[in-house]
This record gives sequence, structure tokens and C-alpha cells, in this order.
Amino acid sequence: MNRTVLDLWVGFFVAIGIAALLFLALKVGNLSSAHLSDLYVLEARFDNIGGLKVRGPVKSAGVVVGRIADIRFDTASYEAVVTINVDGRYRFPKDTFASINTSGLLGEQYIGLEVGGDEKMLAAGDTIKKTQSAVVLEKLISQFLFNKASEGQEKK
Amino acid sequence: MADPLTPIRRLGRATTERIWRLGFAARFLFAVLRYSGASFRRLPLTLREIYFSGVMSLIIILVSGLFVGLVLGLQGYETLQRYGSTEALGVLVALSLTRELGPVVAALLFASRAGSSVTAEIGLMKATEQLKAMDMMAVNPIARVVAPRFWGGVISMPLLAALFSAMGVLGGWLIGVVFIGVDDGAFWSQMQSGVDFRYDIVNGVIKSFVFGIAVSLIAVFEGYDSVPTAEGVSRAITRTVVTSALTILALDFILTSFMFRGTS
Repeated sequence: MNRTVLDLWVGFFVAIGIAALLFLALKVGNLSSAHLSDLYVLEARFDNIGGLKVRGPVKSAGVVVGRIADIRFDTASYEAVVTINVDGRYRFPKDTFASINTSGLLGEQYIGLEVGGDEKMLAAGDTIKKTQSAVVLEKLISQFLFNKASEGQEKK
Repeated sequence: MADPLTPIRRLGRATTERIWRLGFAARFLFAVLRYSGASFRRLPLTLREIYFSGVMSLIIILVSGLFVGLVLGLQGYETLQRYGSTEALGVLVALSLTRELGPVVAALLFASRAGSSVTAEIGLMKATEQLKAMDMMAVNPIARVVAPRFWGGVISMPLLAALFSAMGVLGGWLIGVVFIGVDDGAFWSQMQSGVDFRYDIVNGVIKSFVFGIAVSLIAVFEGYDSVPTAEGVSRAITRTVVTSALTILALDFILTSFMFRGTS
């Protein structure tokens, strides 16, 4: 069996095809950066999660430390239970404070972890005790308008 | 005197004909899979088909990918600047290409560039009784002619779709960063944080793989099933392009509804 020019072209084609796939994976996709490894699970309960989505980021000090794995509704306490996968490299104290924040005015929502001062660390499967719900913009605006209106009445 | 039942008879015959062909196509796919061992044992046969359907489609795929990316860059920028979030151009271009446009447009181009020529080749072989001659010489035409063309298409399609998406992203980058002046770092970093490898890119590759199977099967089947005349072959080629396009778009809807059902 002899090598032919055709083999060269097919080889070239397959090589640049795979190069394109690698380009998509490494440069376009997130395979290279922010790769989470050795995950462990934490839970957090919120009164209101707003527009939080599965696969959304979990950040601490602005760094992505985990992803949201699951969101479900607990019928016993009528709270939202959010399961998050946290990178095994990062450990958080027992009194870590979880809040739902928005990146920018219209950006996606994420869980922010603010670290407390406890000596003991959260283990896999633990629940974060202190949480703050998502800020519902409509409520905020209506509260503001209500306050303004009552101020106006007091002046009269 | 026209029989009032004629239109109904015609409709019935057309329907049975379609179902007949569908059943034959399914049996044909099994035959191709059964005899495709030969196309891997005799690799040069398949390599030749990858050359004719894959390598020869490179130019059209690369150029169209680049232009689709350029247009996405311009249109995306136009819309995004109204909301003051032009840095999201990278995400927009990359997501539309890897999820939808890459697999779908590359498959449509592939069907018209390579699928039609495969149909013509096999149809002409049938019309000039080459397939029958092979049968007489105890060479299975499905193993020798059809299976290598089928696998050539199936292997080429995902690679071509990846090339299309990559060229498109480069096109979007060219317009956004080089010509308009979106920040280079923000363009790439927003893209990388917005495009998930498993969710977006792997799903896109799976899509293009499925399209490759569909287009290649339609192309070889229409050629094999064509009426062995000049007119019959030309009709078969038309059917290949039309059926492939419809199948790709319908399959895309089905696959998308499975893959991207809106994360909640």
C-alpha cells in the first residue's frame, strides 16, 4: 500500500478539523479556565431565590468558587433549597453568609458567599445557616414610592 | 370521462409509495451498517470519500463560516450597543454559532455540495448498470460503493461544522474587535464564561454528527433508489437536497428541544 497525495489532503483536513474543535473547546469554551475540580456539596435555604438558575455561578470575593447544582422547593418549610457544588480547593467557615446578588443592573444572578470568622469549616453536605434572599426590584421601588408618598402627606 | 375517484386513488398511491420508500430506507440503513466493516478494513476507499466530500467542501464551509461570523458581528453589535453591553458580542457570536448556526448551516451546505454529488455518482453508476455488473462479479455494491460514501460523510460532517463555527467566531472577532473596537480581553473572557464546553460545544458536535448521518443516508439512498435514467438521476439529486434540508431543520428542532430546554 502506497501513500498518496489524497492521504495528505485527508490528513490535513482531519488535522484542521480537530484543531477547530480544540479552538472551540479551549478558546471559545470554558474548558481551560474556571475549571472546578474535586467538588463537594453544600446546601442553602432561601425565602426567595428571585431569578437564580441551575448552573449559575457561586462567587466569593468575586471569584467563581462553585456552581449551582440543583434548586428545589421544600414543602415542609416553604423555602427554596439550593444545592451548590463548591470547588474542593476552597473551604468556608461555619458562619459563612450566603446572599443572592445580581451582577450589574440587568446581569445574571449568582450566590455570593461572605466569609465569617468561625474556626470550624463547613463539611460536605452541610447547610449554610445564614442567608439573604434575592432583592426583588419591584418591591424595592414600591416601598420607595410608598415612603415618598407618606412623607408628602406628613408635610401637609 | 374523468373518474371522480381518481384524485383519491392518486393520493392513496402517493401515500403508500412514501411509506414504502421510508421502509426501504430503514432497511437500507441496516444493510449499510451491516456491510460497513469493509469500508474500515479497506480504509483507502473511505479516505477517498472523505477527500471528495470533506476536503472538497472545505472552501465553501470556511468562506461561508467567515461571512456568517462577519454578519453576526455587525448585527449583534448593532443591537447590543443599544443596551450598552457590546462586550457581550463574543458570547452572542459564539453561542449562536456553536449551538445552532455551525451545525445547521454547515449541514445544509454539505448536503448541497457533497450530498448531491454522491447521489449523482451512485445514480449514474446505477443508470450505467455498474452496480449490477458488480453484483454479477460477486462484489457487494453496498459494501464497495455505498458504505464508504456514507462513512465519508458521517466522519466529515462534525469536522466541517467545527471549522464553520471556528471561522465564524474569528469573523465575529474581526468585525467586533479589529474593525469596531470592542475590547479584546472582554470579548474573549465574556465568551469563555458564557460558553460551556459540555453544554454548548459537545451538544453542537452531537448535532452535527446526527446531521451527518441523516444527510449521508439520504444522499446514498436517493442515488441507490433512483430511476436509472438521465431524468431519474436529476430528480434524485433534487430530492436529496430538498429532503436533506427539511430533515436537517426538523431534526434540529427535535434535538434542540431535548438539549436546550431552558435551564431552570
